Amino acid sequence: MFNRIQSKPLPLNTQSGLSHRARRLCLNSLQTLGLVLALSSSLAPVQAQTQSINLYTTREPGLMQPLLEAFTAQTGIKVATVFLKDGLLERVKAEGARSPADVLMTVDIGNLLDLAEANLFQSIHSEALNAAIPASLRSSDGSWFALSLRDRVLYVDKALALRTFRYEDLADPAYKGKVCIRSGQHPYNNALIASMIAHHGSAETEKWLRGVKANLARKAAGGDRDVARDILGGICDLGLANAYYAGQMKTAALGTDARKWGEAIKVIRPTFAQTDGTFVNVSGGGVAAHAPNKAGAIAFLEFLISKQAQSLYARVNFEYPVRAGVELDAIAQSFGPLKADPTPLTEIAKHRKEASLLVDRLGFDR
Amino acid sequence: MTLLTPHARWLATGFWPTALASLLAACLCAPVLSLFVSALGANTQQWMHLIGFVIPDAALTTLLLLTGVGIVVVLLGTGAAWLVTAFQFPGRKVLAWALLLPLAVPTYVVAYSYLDLLHPLGPVQSVLRAALGLSSPRELRLPDTRSMLGAILILGSVLYPYVYLSARHMFLTQPANLIEAARGLGHGPFSLFWRVALPMARPAIVVGTTLALLETLNDVGASEFLGLQTLTVAVYSTWITRSDLAGAAYIALFMLVLVLGLSALERHARRQQRFINTDQSRPMQAQPLKRWQGLLASLFCLLPVLAGFVIPVLHLGWQAAVRLEQVGAVSSLLKDATLNTVLISLAVTLCTVLGGLLLAWAARSWTTRRRASLGQRLARTATIGYALPGTVLALGLLAPFALIDELANVLSESLFQTTTGLLLLGTSAGLILACTLRLLAVASGSLEAGFARIPLAFDQLARSLGHSPLGVLLRVDLPLLKPALFSAALLVFVETMKELPITLLLRPLNVETLATWLYGEAARGTYEEGAIAALLIILVSLTPVILLTRTQTQYKKKQALKPTAPASP
Repeated sequence: MFNRIQSKPLPLNTQSGLSHRARRLCLNSLQTLGLVLALSSSLAPVQAQTQSINLYTTREPGLMQPLLEAFTAQTGIKVATVFLKDGLLERVKAEGARSPADVLMTVDIGNLLDLAEANLFQSIHSEALNAAIPASLRSSDGSWFALSLRDRVLYVDKALALRTFRYEDLADPAYKGKVCIRSGQHPYNNALIASMIAHHGSAETEKWLRGVKANLARKAAGGDRDVARDILGGICDLGLANAYYAGQMKTAALGTDARKWGEAIKVIRPTFAQTDGTFVNVSGGGVAAHAPNKAGAIAFLEFLISKQAQSLYARVNFEYPVRAGVELDAIAQSFGPLKADPTPLTEIAKHRKEASLLVDRLGFDR
Repeated sequence: MTLLTPHARWLATGFWPTALASLLAACLCAPVLSLFVSALGANTQQWMHLIGFVIPDAALTTLLLLTGVGIVVVLLGTGAAWLVTAFQFPGRKVLAWALLLPLAVPTYVVAYSYLDLLHPLGPVQSVLRAALGLSSPRELRLPDTRSMLGAILILGSVLYPYVYLSARHMFLTQPANLIEAARGLGHGPFSLFWRVALPMARPAIVVGTTLALLETLNDVGASEFLGLQTLTVAVYSTWITRSDLAGAAYIALFMLVLVLGLSALERHARRQQRFINTDQSRPMQAQPLKRWQGLLASLFCLLPVLAGFVIPVLHLGWQAAVRLEQVGAVSSLLKDATLNTVLISLAVTLCTVLGGLLLAWAARSWTTRRRASLGQRLARTATIGYALPGTVLALGLLAPFALIDELANVLSESLFQTTTGLLLLGTSAGLILACTLRLLAVASGSLEAGFARIPLAFDQLARSLGHSPLGVLLRVDLPLLKPALFSAALLVFVETMKELPITLLLRPLNVETLATWLYGEAARGTYEEGAIAALLIILVSLTPVILLTRTQTQYKKKQALKPTAPASP
């Protein structure tokens, strides 16, 4: 064939300079590859040692940092983290028995139950955890534990005389064109709608959600902080959002936009008509099924439930502690006492899917 | 004697390149296969729900968005490229490179900026109210930015550079003699553009538009900010809120079929066209414009730069300045994140360009037969990575990665009695591989276009002079491909800098990139704090974007210096 005609290729006159350059290009590329590989090996996963634990979390780094620093200061155990948003479950599942994860942390009861159902937690027994966390806020088999509470509340224009509110009122035609809320598919709203189904059944909830949709001042989109911002911006008068965002905004540095939004609203803890309780979701975690450092993982969970860490949750992120007797931040205290709805979260989580289908069916986000 | 008979086609590249290109294609098909397996898990009830309530609306929204963005990017990209190439007007030199700047800005950042700027509390409406003498935002209610039109304009103003880049390159390399001949035959400027320049640039415009539309299709951040229920957003809510991976995989596959169908249609439409240009002719000379025409041209080119770059960057800069004033220092974590981002981007760029070169080469080496060759089919698989939403691609890669890790462990345990641990899952190698698979289309597309401009006769001549196929690639094609290689590398680098969803899902412990940092702050609702990270992404990306613009101007200078050469065959 062609190769046999001439074993040594004739250099093409016009190309000889270029071919030298091409060779140099190849050499350079190889050198770069070596360099990159050497550098990227320094990014390799942190191996489990007794002195460190690996944390997979959907909780934001900004929130976790003070907690992790306090834990390391107290115990000497270092924490390597990866902050994931969607796909925590899928990743840990794929990693299987070789997963380096020691602790998995996430928000929303549905996510916790999904992880538990996929057998990605292992059951542990800890007196400290059992004593500090009420039985309704942890699994009976010791697989997951709630670590903080997040109540979904009403942000109202400060100028309005509203004092009390029921979740059911959100569909009241009196609020037509006055309501702001984020996407109905967002886990925060999804859990609330599921809770509504647990209280009133599907038919009533559908009617309610239609009513809410008819009251919307704008598309169901954006985030929880946008409710406060849009109230100040004159787009709406009230809306549902998680309470800790109000804490963040109301304590933001003076002169920032967030502070202005926070100061435009007041927070009312709505209740369900039947139980007179406020809807509360959780953040939580557990020990990973194949944790290389189980003891370290348990120590970390026990730390998160300690008075010190629980008050950090309350002060850094304005979340409600699960542990009784922890002092609240003054701003969170100003929202009034929290009377949580007694409906078990596991019961609410059963209606999650139905709630999501309902949102699709009504075109709530459209 | 034909130099490359069908029988000799295997020899055109040799066994190893063929095997490697096939392996790469297999890697690209793996996530689709794993999605397909997931989709099989969907039950009929879920399917009925999706077909009845989710897909029709989401598909319509997506279609409207794609059409709108398509029109905007073609108009802005082609229009600006033609004006800058064919005419002289005030600010032309600066605008010629400034028009590429929006490439450095992630779409979600721009969406956030505009939502903030156009909010009733933002500067635009505040000034408007002050001018109208209104005191409260309640007295003036303007249309919401969160709308289809808003999304089309915002995405269009960031994504047009893909079209501008490829169209300008094409206009610059169009032989001047053709244009001059047309002028000589009495064609006016419009007719010249419409009947000569545009038809020749069409393939390049299509390539650029395809990239912009795929970017639109798999965007999640901006669509979510802007409240659009696109198919990609539907994939997310189905997966996340309902924990229904099967349903999500089903929608994702539906999207993939759509994309592959569209790209097949596009290839079919231009199957007869083949543009060979040996880059030996002079580029066209820019004609002076009348005063008011010149000003209009400046305005036309200035607007997209303002909308897609200057305004969002000023907004971010202002936010970052406010933030810095409060905190006083940039966190050292942010420096690590910058380093990680650059390292990952470099590694991905290298792998992607090599992979893209391999695919484009395979496609070229087998173009002797009339119908689509195996090589071209292999090269087409590269579209898959870019057509799937990033998270879906990453999800689809989890199972294949787990399988490879398992195999490696079994092998090393039986051979060397040691375990290898996780080689791909949650490692830099896995992350780099995933990003490479995602961006292969960017590299292979640009390199295929580059190859198309080198006449096959060059290769055949070199082969007849005894060069091996690899020798032909290294000594003949590669030097001629240099501009294409360079621009592919720069594009891939910038894309990786902005990449978020794959990094978020697959990165190793303790590895933060600028985009994940920004996302972390945004997820916590403190977007302002991410402004510094967003600005850093843009700053680092600017270097390659500016290099990209320099390759164009240098090219032009070089061409202008050359003596007039006879037209190529």
